[in-house]
Amino acid sequence: MKLYQRLHPGVNLGPTDPESHEEAEEKIFGFWIFLMSDLVLFSVLFATYAAMSIQGVAQGPSPKDIFDLSPVFLETMVLLASSFTFGLAILELKYRKNQRRLALWLTLTGLLGALFVGLELNDYRILLAEHGAAPQTSGFLSAYYLLTGTHALHVSVAIIWLIVLAVQLATLGPVGPVKLRLMRLALFWHMLDIIWIGIFTFVYLYGVVL
Amino acid sequence: MKQGVSSTGHHEESAEQRDYVKGLVLAFVLTVASFSVVWFKLLTGPAALILLGILALVQCAAQIRYFLHVDGRSHRDDLLLILFTSLIVLIIVGGTIWILWNQHARMM
Repeated sequence: MKLYQRLHPGVNLGPTDPESHEEAEEKIFGFWIFLMSDLVLFSVLFATYAAMSIQGVAQGPSPKDIFDLSPVFLETMVLLASSFTFGLAILELKYRKNQRRLALWLTLTGLLGALFVGLELNDYRILLAEHGAAPQTSGFLSAYYLLTGTHALHVSVAIIWLIVLAVQLATLGPVGPVKLRLMRLALFWHMLDIIWIGIFTFVYLYGVVL
Repeated sequence: MKQGVSSTGHHEESAEQRDYVKGLVLAFVLTVASFSVVWFKLLTGPAALILLGILALVQCAAQIRYFLHVDGRSHRDDLLLILFTSLIVLIIVGGTIWILWNQHARMM
């Protein structure tokens, strides 16, 4: 079996760029180790939240009192769409040298990501202004801001990372190393979307049902 | 035919595009299902929690399969890494919830 036929998780460059594919094997595996340790970090925050949201309400509001599902639904759709457009960007990168279409998908991804962060910040504003639900009010709210804030911070960092790579694409062109960097960022982005599934289910929906 | 892309490459490309579309549609349907359960109060109490948990799990699996492209064809090392991490996550989350709930019950 040729080296470029050995598959790794994520989009494989394969025969479209055998040289970068061989290099990808090691680099993508290393990045998966980082992704999985990041997942462990989030699982700790989820576990803390699970305990705090029931037992740490203190004199503050409970999840049911303060969560509004409509913006959460919108945020979910925006993040899902951005994950999809990033996927299309990677396919554009893999199969064609059409820089303009690639730039279009990446810009759209970045804008959707920024919209997501903006919507979340607006949620925080409403919580603080209308419900007086600050992080220091109760253990539940501390855990809530910590979990969702860490996720929002990850998305923000990913947007900055995307801008840096867009600049590299514009100046260096779609050369091997830049391709591999974009592929790693795509994995990170998809991963954040998966963590958000946990947040909208176990934080927001569970909070309203309980 | 586009620059240097063979017909097999083209076939693979449309297959990969279909994967992303499948992922998008599945995620969309499962998300709408989750929110509908709560919005229209299709279920309440523990039954709702169980159904929501299952829907989230299925959606995670769908996104891992169609967006992250983790499947049976992937490299063994990567699969082992992902499975091992899932085990760690299960122990951390399960253990924390178990211990803290127990402690909470005893302090009542």
